[in-house]
Amino acid sequence: MPEPMNLFGLVQRGMSAQLVRMNAAASNLANAGAVAGSEQEAYRALRPVFGEQLDRASGYSSVSVAGITRAETAPTKRHDPTHPMADANGDVWEAAVDETAEMVEIMESSRQYQNLVEAMQTAKQLMLETMRIK
Amino acid sequence: MSEGLFGIHGAALELRSHRMGMLTSNIANAATPGYKARDLDFGSALKSRMDGAGSDAATASATRYRVPTMPSLDGNTVELAGEQMAFAENAVAYSATLSFIQGRVETLTRAIRGE
Repeated sequence: MPEPMNLFGLVQRGMSAQLVRMNAAASNLANAGAVAGSEQEAYRALRPVFGEQLDRASGYSSVSVAGITRAETAPTKRHDPTHPMADANGDVWEAAVDETAEMVEIMESSRQYQNLVEAMQTAKQLMLETMRIK
Repeated sequence: MSEGLFGIHGAALELRSHRMGMLTSNIANAATPGYKARDLDFGSALKSRMDGAGSDAATASATRYRVPTMPSLDGNTVELAGEQMAFAENAVAYSATLSFIQGRVETLTRAIRGE
């Protein structure tokens, strides 16, 4: 039987999930403006989907990354016959990444990460005070 | 022994600690689609604990779903500001309970030393 989850395990999982989210947004930003020779090959933004993970023994819920989806936004077609990757019609496809949305995603993720750290520090402080009763 | 020594405060501290974990669960799941935020009805949990229920039964019967003031499209009912407030309030109450316990321990230590 697995051990019941404590607050530290819970926070740690939450932090890892937020890190996955930040990494995905960073990959999207890195691929913004990338060009492909066909619509299928063009980069589509990655987006992790979180899932609740209930620990019945303790009643706490942690987070896990349930899956990673690709955005359904279509890549932008641009007519550029001089581009080395252009197809027979002279078109190239630009990655379907919205830079502003990715920046907002990173900001939101980092705020939630900070929030978790804050909660963990408060809880840790209280636990230490409880231990020091004499 | 500890029941008689700390009275209601031992049970209260235990429940405060559990509530802290539940609120942290809500904070951790702030971005999980479909997650329903939960909280502990502290008063009724403490009452059933003092009526003799075990700590698991007391917390299970007093767990409630949070009613969101602004429902979101993805079904998530966590409102971070509210959770932070509840967490802060719970932390202060934990400290208060802790000082009650500390007071009891000091009284006892003084009695043992015969000061």
